[in-house]
Amino acid sequence: MATLLYLLSLFLFRNAAGVAAATLWLFFLVRLSKVPFRYMVRGLRAIVMILALTAAFHLFLTPGETLVVIGKLTVTKEGAQNAFFLSIRLIYLILGSSVLTLTTTPNQLADGMEKALRPLQKLHVPVHEISMMMSIALRFIPILIEEMDKIRKAQLARGADFESGNLWKRVKAMVPLLIPLFVSAFRRANDLALAMEARCYRGGAGRTKMRPLRYRKADHAAYLVTAAYFAAAILLR
Amino acid sequence: MNLIEAGKLAYEYIIRDEEDNVTEILRALDGVDLQVGQGDFVAILGHNGSGKSTLARHLNALLTAEEGTLWIDGKDAMDAGNAWDIRKSTGMVFQNPDNQIVAGVVEEDVAFGPENLGIPPIEILKRVAKSLHAVGMSEYRRHSPNRLSGGQKQRVAIAGVMAMEPKCIVLDEPTAMLDPSGRKEVLDAAERLNREKGVTVILITHYMEEAVRAGRVFVMDQGKVVMQGTPREVFSQVEELRGYRLDVPPMARLAHELRKEGLRLPEGILTRQELVEALCRLS
Amino acid sequence: MSIILNKVYYSYEEKTAFEAQALKNVSLTIEDGEFVGIIGHTGSGKSTLAQLLNGLLCATSGGVYYNGRDIYESDYDKKELRGKVGLVFQYPEHQLFGTTVFEDVCYGPQNLGYSQKETQLRAFGALRSVGLPETCWYHSPFALSGGQKRLAAIAGVLAMGPEVLVLDEPAAGLDPKGRDEIFGLIGKIKEESNRTVILISHSMEDVADHVGRIVVMDHGSVLLDGAPGEVFLRYKELERAGLAAPEAVYLMRDLRERGFLVNEKATTLAEAKASILEAFS
Repeated sequence: MATLLYLLSLFLFRNAAGVAAATLWLFFLVRLSKVPFRYMVRGLRAIVMILALTAAFHLFLTPGETLVVIGKLTVTKEGAQNAFFLSIRLIYLILGSSVLTLTTTPNQLADGMEKALRPLQKLHVPVHEISMMMSIALRFIPILIEEMDKIRKAQLARGADFESGNLWKRVKAMVPLLIPLFVSAFRRANDLALAMEARCYRGGAGRTKMRPLRYRKADHAAYLVTAAYFAAAILLR
Repeated sequence: MNLIEAGKLAYEYIIRDEEDNVTEILRALDGVDLQVGQGDFVAILGHNGSGKSTLARHLNALLTAEEGTLWIDGKDAMDAGNAWDIRKSTGMVFQNPDNQIVAGVVEEDVAFGPENLGIPPIEILKRVAKSLHAVGMSEYRRHSPNRLSGGQKQRVAIAGVMAMEPKCIVLDEPTAMLDPSGRKEVLDAAERLNREKGVTVILITHYMEEAVRAGRVFVMDQGKVVMQGTPREVFSQVEELRGYRLDVPPMARLAHELRKEGLRLPEGILTRQELVEALCRLS
Repeated sequence: MSIILNKVYYSYEEKTAFEAQALKNVSLTIEDGEFVGIIGHTGSGKSTLAQLLNGLLCATSGGVYYNGRDIYESDYDKKELRGKVGLVFQYPEHQLFGTTVFEDVCYGPQNLGYSQKETQLRAFGALRSVGLPETCWYHSPFALSGGQKRLAAIAGVLAMGPEVLVLDEPAAGLDPKGRDEIFGLIGKIKEESNRTVILISHSMEDVADHVGRIVVMDHGSVLLDGAPGEVFLRYKELERAGLAAPEAVYLMRDLRERGFLVNEKATTLAEAKASILEAFS
């Protein structure tokens, strides 16, 4: 399906008043993507804690008209409003982006971006290179996270302590983690550059695509619908 | 003419200190002569730092030699302008499986090479399917490489090279980071490509068991080719190999030591079966 | 002094969809001064086991006792344990970070709270015992050769003065000579200090010649445990676990099948050679 549609949909949570519109839109997207709804809700579980925490912060710490007082904590009208919208926004953000990641591989995403930004190429913006970098970054993030974990364990085995002490001490304790991580990232970057060169990579010129993104009618329609939704969202603000 | 023809090839690494003064000149290749014919399966053996990886990089035009001659598939590799064409003829698989996979999905990675060559999309799809099938990874084509085992990743890397339909594939220590079962997977895949598709395979390794599978073995030391021949010829030179920081297959070593003790065993024993047969003939 | 694992279970990402049981009902006693090889193929749980020994991972259930004390007791000092059970990870050179080799080696003892003098004395001792030439002690660790980097990383663990040394695939990625050198070094360290040494590997051939006891892991459980000679004779079980006995074992079997009276208990090339010479002359 049209990758760009989802990409643009990410921007939709800038507005809070159009909650209804956003809800409808999200529902529409989820149906369109054919991802089982239960699957997506499961993704939400991971962030329940963060959600509750931020909601609580806003609930109790926003100054304004007092609604309820629980012990030392005061719930204000503005706070309740903020907490509500923030939670909705967060949930929709997660759901919206999971529609994206569940339907689109990083490479398709990069391809989609490359295509959407194609007009910028006339202004000498290196569009192909940017999207290539993006897809490589996406591929290596999990590898580097795993690597970080290995280094952390190796330093723990040498008696490192990352948890106690004041802020300065903790920052200093990160040095034995970050230096090996960067060294490894550089080594990987070097290797990868060599491997890409060996496979005849020489930038975007003259490249073809295994599955070229060709805009079909549906995609053009999608752009239009997205634009309409955007306009509505701005108006409803 | 041979597919690869190298004569008196030399390459130096110049090591500089922080002030850019030259502190050391390492002669990584020092007059290498090498001939590889179309369809050969060749192993290049050598310890770490013997120059074998530097040689591999010349075969893929990632490095250009300073002296000597190098012809690859009829193209002059001493001319850096031919680099792109040479890379079409010789593909390369590197040691670290993680650092050579570009895309986040197996089939997209295999497509990377042909995409760079400007192949039409329909042809790319065909080649990707064919290459993944050839290394037995078809069922993983939609997977993320991150969840694959080391051996599987290396097979994807081989498929990525095969999809460019090169005449020759250079494997630079492809198994050094794998466990025994991963090693076997990768070698079986390479051997099959050589046998069934007639692809020239150049295997760079320091594992003797792997070199035994090749038709011809070159041994490198200090930037020179110091021994060459069939595995049988090379591995019967136990003492000499040891001098080059290399091992011999265990049964060849045992046969050699038994011979030194006075048992009249023939030269060139490599496998257990051969040793058993030879011992049976003794009595 | 000993390490005791009692009915240890360990699961990764417990209670999630990705839950994977890495260790199942592992009970093991490692006595002081033993030289043990833990063998298994990838995913057999051997690396998980290594990280349980120094408390980096916590068993899902079961107990780990070091010198008679339960390491999961709340007042047990985990940092001190990590100093006593030194763990050298696979590709340990990837953890180097110091501006000089010497500084890097000092990191461990410093973390354990030793005085500056004591730290430096330990670092000198460790660098000397791995045989790194003095000329490179004050160079950047990144300027060393691959083999030297690994020695520096091992020195970094030795400097903590561990009573038990655990090495995970110490020879990974080395060439044959480098491999022989590193196993030679480990043997020397073992002999000089009479520490407990635990080698973790997927290669029988590498470990067989050095250790006094082999523990074979398969699917998270201990499959076999005993002297190398005993373990190798059960090569059929080894093969089922994706491993193989050394070639010498199979040679002895083949020769016996052909009617030669060779020593069926020979497992190393040297033993095989002696036995063949005896039978054929």
